[in-house]
Amino acid sequence: MATDIRIDYYPTHEQQGIKFRRGHVLPFGATMVPNGINFSIYSSEAIDCTLVLFERGEAEPFAEIRFPEEFRTGNVYSMIVFDLDYERLEYGYRMDGPFKPEEGHRFDKSIILSDPYAKAIGGRDSWLAKPNWDNIYPYRSRLVFEDFDWENDHPLETPIEDLVIYEMHVRGFTQHPSSNVKNPGTFAAIRSKIAYLKELGINCVELMPIYEFDEWENSKENPVTGGLIVNFWGYSTVNFFSPKAGYAATGKFGMQVDELKTLVKELHKNGIEVMLDVVFNHTAEGDHRGHTISFRGIDNKTYYMLTPEGYYFNFSGTGNTLNCNNPVVRNMVLDCLRYWAADYHIDGFRFDLAAILGRDQNGAPLSNPPLLESLAYDPILAKCKLVAEAWDAGGLYQVGSFPAYGRWAEWNGKYRDSIRKFLKGDEGLVGEIAQCIQGWPDLYYYRGPTASINFIACHDGFTLYDLFAYNEKHNEANGENNNDGGNDNHSWNCGVEGETDDAFVNQLRHKQIKNALSILMVSQGVPMILSGDEVGVTKNGNNNTYCHDNELNWLDWSLMEKNADIFYFAQRITRFRRAHPVLRSRTHFHHRDYVGSGFADITFHGTQAWQPDFSSSSRCIAFMLDGAHAKSGTIQDDSIYIAMNSHYDALYYELPPLPNGQSWHLAVNTDMPSGEDIYDIGKEPKLEDQGRFLVGGRATVILVGK
Amino acid sequence: MKVTITDQEEITVVEVSGDIDSKTAPEFERNAKLAMDKSKHIVIDLTDVGFMSSAGLRVLLMVYRNIRSQEGKVVLVGVSEEIQDVMSTTGFINFFTIVEKPEDGVAFLKQD
Repeated sequence: MATDIRIDYYPTHEQQGIKFRRGHVLPFGATMVPNGINFSIYSSEAIDCTLVLFERGEAEPFAEIRFPEEFRTGNVYSMIVFDLDYERLEYGYRMDGPFKPEEGHRFDKSIILSDPYAKAIGGRDSWLAKPNWDNIYPYRSRLVFEDFDWENDHPLETPIEDLVIYEMHVRGFTQHPSSNVKNPGTFAAIRSKIAYLKELGINCVELMPIYEFDEWENSKENPVTGGLIVNFWGYSTVNFFSPKAGYAATGKFGMQVDELKTLVKELHKNGIEVMLDVVFNHTAEGDHRGHTISFRGIDNKTYYMLTPEGYYFNFSGTGNTLNCNNPVVRNMVLDCLRYWAADYHIDGFRFDLAAILGRDQNGAPLSNPPLLESLAYDPILAKCKLVAEAWDAGGLYQVGSFPAYGRWAEWNGKYRDSIRKFLKGDEGLVGEIAQCIQGWPDLYYYRGPTASINFIACHDGFTLYDLFAYNEKHNEANGENNNDGGNDNHSWNCGVEGETDDAFVNQLRHKQIKNALSILMVSQGVPMILSGDEVGVTKNGNNNTYCHDNELNWLDWSLMEKNADIFYFAQRITRFRRAHPVLRSRTHFHHRDYVGSGFADITFHGTQAWQPDFSSSSRCIAFMLDGAHAKSGTIQDDSIYIAMNSHYDALYYELPPLPNGQSWHLAVNTDMPSGEDIYDIGKEPKLEDQGRFLVGGRATVILVGK
Repeated sequence: MKVTITDQEEITVVEVSGDIDSKTAPEFERNAKLAMDKSKHIVIDLTDVGFMSSAGLRVLLMVYRNIRSQEGKVVLVGVSEEIQDVMSTTGFINFFTIVEKPEDGVAFLKQD
């Protein structure tokens, strides 16, 4: 090793027996260098900076080293400190400067600040382990090792239209005792359930926030249930570069980085991509009443959007708004995503309340937001999926108009609402349904169907089961008198509010879930399923369970037996989609025959073939995809006919004829009992009557022409 | 922590006792390097190791990489259940052959 040491890696200064020297300005954060650690941090307005060093877990620091003035380059303070035990080290900073909130400055050198570029955070090492509330430095910056052996792993780069996304919560997935895993609620436990994910037929997991957050944030006793209200979902970031230690079985050993990387590597080995739900719109520091953890004390005016009076703009609905289009903050976001893509092999990112990322420093929407543009053109992120939640809590709704640069896809909230309304039997939806199943060309004409992430349920709002079991939200357990959560659920309880013994109602609910899954899987664009919907999970009508570390959010694995018919159906409908390239086009339909098959790529039908009823009272629509046009005519697939009936009565649908030698086979009929509602690929029975099909009331039928 | 190195024909056995943490890991690493200089087939006996921190695991990873680059083999002996659990969760375990007794380790390397 001695031969590696450059002549400049020798100390020039000493204080309390600790040796140090001028450091490197880049990279920001703390990095290992021969015999020492390089610390680098920036602040535009600080007048002084001190490095604070702790032995892991100790109450008091063992050293505080003020950066000599000559160690500052521009606004960057950097220093190499020698002979530190980097495994046992925790570090932070004190920043001195003005405390003038009306001018945007909130410096307070009595507070030890966490490094925004820390790669791991100590202090919340095990989920809900009681913290020491008197800790002078609760969220402690740590270093991580960079020796993980990825072997030959590489992000999968699956074409986005071929993904079936599964939105899940790390802890919620396996914390329920019925999961039968060794380390419930952890990254390791997800790894032990990979076989289940494969069985379900998904090929991308989207993990709800895994950046370090504090589950204790705003915790209080639940006035209704007496339990503890916590931050379960984690949409409140403490540090953007650190995985949540409490999600790792080995968090108490400080090995959360290795555990998460091992999970990513194993998922990749099984053909499953990993997408992260990332929250760059705000931080855990809250508004002017919140705690100072890091950003506020380092450079308040740089990191946050502030009103002219120095208060926090609140476009996120959570207290503050990260100043994403400030050039310095923009670079931090870019550095962060590059780090996750390169060091964790992450396949894609879903940006929470992404409309905020397109606002300028005063909150006004930008026509050409530099952050979104930088991400879209970044060479390191070039193959990552970028998905926007294209709205924010400040009223900016950009579904269809999110600045995309040919890269960005978005959660299609309109898809969700239209399908929900259609399924509950609203009239006048047929035109929108035609848009939904085509990847909404009216919204994404230039961007193609792959811009549309299709979903009917996600973590926000009702589960798929609750969508058909509740007319109203029931959020009493959240302790806010049922005032929180959205009211625009477009749900229908099928006749009884909540759980019931009524066999007819329960059967209808199961059928509606199968209708929803069917439509989702035959729609152009990218389907996303909420974890648990494949087994009919309920949250008792609560549509905003962000604060519950209990059965409301824990997947009950016994539902696999209770709702075996839903699981049976879900496993097969995902495979149906993946078996048929005609359902996964990169480009919009042309509505004409451009390969000479005699059929247009897509044709619409109704109860009469070739006669779709787009009138305002219609609840019926059918469409046919011509197999010769699969993947723009480059692949030969079966033809597929889908009939949707949201009328309460059964209706005959006249079938369009197939070319000579081909005939219609039944793949899906949600009106039938389990076992006859969906058939395995290649085992679809041939229809006796090739001329028409009786589609049950509130049912979906899928036929395969071959 | 105490480390003993013995040679059994062309196989080197590294026997560790005590705790391997960030304070003792550098010495463990020094000894492991000495052993690797002697042989490309190594048995590391951890039967008498009570606690091993991530620094200890990282020495094992370093050994594995060195040995692999020389097309040698490394066998671990007497790894406690807790350490095995951490190794498994963090992906380290796949790199090693783990046996219960030192003689099993030597036998495993000899048959190769």
